[in-house]
Amino acid sequence: MDSKASDRAAEPGPAGAQAGAAGDVPLRRTARDALKIVIVGGFGVGKTTMVGSVSEIRPLSTEEVMTKAGVGIDDPSRVADKRTTTVAFDFGRISLDEHRVLYLFGAPGQERFWFIWDQLFSGSLGAVVLVDTRRLEDSFYPLDRLEHHKMPFVVAVNRFDGPDPQPSLGQVRDALSLDEDVPLVDCDARLRGSSKDVLITLVRHLTTLHDPAALHAPAAIKEAAQ
Amino acid sequence: MSLRALNHEEPDRLYTVTGGRSRIDDDALDLVTLVIAENDPAPGMQSEHVTILRLCRHEPVAVVELSSHLRLPVSVVKILLLDLRDTGHITVRHPTSANATTHLADLETLKQVLVGLESL
Ligand SMILES: Nc1nc2c(ncn2[C@@H]2O[C@H](COP(=O)(O)OP(=O)(O)OP(=O)(O)O)[C@@H](O)[C@H]2O)c(=O)[nH]1
Ligand SMILES: [Mg+2]
Repeated sequence: MDSKASDRAAEPGPAGAQAGAAGDVPLRRTARDALKIVIVGGFGVGKTTMVGSVSEIRPLSTEEVMTKAGVGIDDPSRVADKRTTTVAFDFGRISLDEHRVLYLFGAPGQERFWFIWDQLFSGSLGAVVLVDTRRLEDSFYPLDRLEHHKMPFVVAVNRFDGPDPQPSLGQVRDALSLDEDVPLVDCDARLRGSSKDVLITLVRHLTTLHDPAALHAPAAIKEAAQ
Repeated sequence: MSLRALNHEEPDRLYTVTGGRSRIDDDALDLVTLVIAENDPAPGMQSEHVTILRLCRHEPVAVVELSSHLRLPVSVVKILLLDLRDTGHITVRHPTSANATTHLADLETLKQVLVGLESL
């Protein structure tokens, strides 16, 4: 343990890339059930910032590769060629109790990275779609995929300072054609409190999906009822 | 060695690490399956296997954290982990959600998540 900690302290480099597997804080020995929330959005929208602002470890990053034939390395001559796509994503975690730990994933929303999404969405509690109002169109594809996967989600508008007048939440809702049941909130991903509020909004939303009396029963409920 | 170097400059190494194997049962391990070492590395073990056993000797470590530390793609790490599981060197703790038939987590879990988030 001691040597591990000092190794880490001595390691320079960008956050995440050089960190120990256990990050700054190891998991509890009793941890046995890991949960996931996925934060998805376009380039530079603040995904890593949001993961980092609430995580108990520095955000770590890793990669997945896909060859044309599927996820996995099929033969060495194909690894480096054009038929290989690499997607980088980052993650952090929050220990919830003795047994449960919540992993937060920041994943790029571009279509060419679709192959990581199944892995991220599988068993995930839900998703946060981070939106930059200067590039709303970056959110179209992720929103479409979330609906396709029947993954519950909330939308958070990361307000960047700029000279342009900022659209209201109502205007953003219209532009994204968001259903009225989908929570839409403002946030500043740099602030722990604000990122925390976004996650709480998501989990409260999930709780309401359990209520069969909910007026517009969303997809997840219909599926659960089957 | 960085992952990027692995992918773009030394394509052969990924192949070597996995002994040329590729496909795995994709559902066998989740990104957040927790891994615990059951014993110490054996002499002559492949270095990646040794590293994994050292990393999860004291506490469980998630698959994705091992991937980050080893700087190897998730799918490659999964292959290495299945080797170790099949030889009894590690045990794994699958996420409960992996068995879920719907996307919606149960209320008790959601309540615990809320408590955890609120105390941040
Ligand atoms: N003003 C403002 N700046 C932010 C906010 N969130 C992030 N930033 C800044 O925006 C830049 C990009 O943030 P990242 O967290 O790296 O974004 P990302 O989505 O992870 O980016 P990629 O992984 O490169 O796609 C950084 O310089 C952040 O400091 C925010 O809420 N408000
Ligand atoms: Mg990022």
